[in-house]
Amino acid sequence: MLLNQFLILAAFLFCVGAYGVLVRKHAVLVLMSIELMINSVNMNLIAFSLRNDNVIGHVFALFVIAVAAAEVGVGLAIVLLIYRNRRSVDPGEVSEMKG
Amino acid sequence: MLAQNIIFGLLAVAMALSAVKLVTTKNVVHAALYLVVVLAGMAAQYILLAAEFVAVTQVLVYIGAIMVLVLFGIMLTRAPIGVTPELDNNSRIPSAIVALFLFGSLGAMLLDAFGDERFDLNNGVATGASGGNMVRTADSIFSQYLVPFEVVSILLLAALVGAIVIARRD
Repeated sequence: MLLNQFLILAAFLFCVGAYGVLVRKHAVLVLMSIELMINSVNMNLIAFSLRNDNVIGHVFALFVIAVAAAEVGVGLAIVLLIYRNRRSVDPGEVSEMKG
Repeated sequence: MLAQNIIFGLLAVAMALSAVKLVTTKNVVHAALYLVVVLAGMAAQYILLAAEFVAVTQVLVYIGAIMVLVLFGIMLTRAPIGVTPELDNNSRIPSAIVALFLFGSLGAMLLDAFGDERFDLNNGVATGASGGNMVRTADSIFSQYLVPFEVVSILLLAALVGAIVIARRD
């Protein structure tokens, strides 16, 4: 197995996730795209763990999964609050803090 | 060697297609289901990379918990179930250019840096030496990374309480 096949797959998924974050109008879909990006970073950590012959990448990936779970919980709470106040979940419409 | 590459190829094609469908589909619930395919493929890739504990955690946390949260989010924001034409904003082409440029530069950098470097499939992580990777991961978490582990548990608690405080009606 090449190291690069995993890294390039992860890079592709990261870029697809970035496209989703930029283009989606529904905040839950934006959160899903962020999950995709986080996962592709995890794949890099695991691949380099095998390459460098230590398990620190596995530990780091577990921490990333825990932080992503926290992020999704708080993110969905914020989305629900925005929906309750504005009846819309378009991130482009939430622009009160625009200078 | 060959079998691993075939499995990687099948999984990679399925994951890439599902990821593209995830960001282009016009149905919110279908997007969540495509995300499940990508996450499950990712867990299989972790097993291919000899990270069995991370793969199990991926299935439990992502496919088990986070997807339920996301589906609840879809339900509670009363997203239209079914085809909705207006899920993308009007910056599709600039976003696609940004993503393609990012992929091009990342891919060129990776090819330049790692070329055709191969995994050493006889090293300790690949063969599961000294009790397997799960044992080594646990040793690592509960000795070297004990303080970050505790910090993560506090973070999860704070995020949970914060989510309740933000989302409850008062």
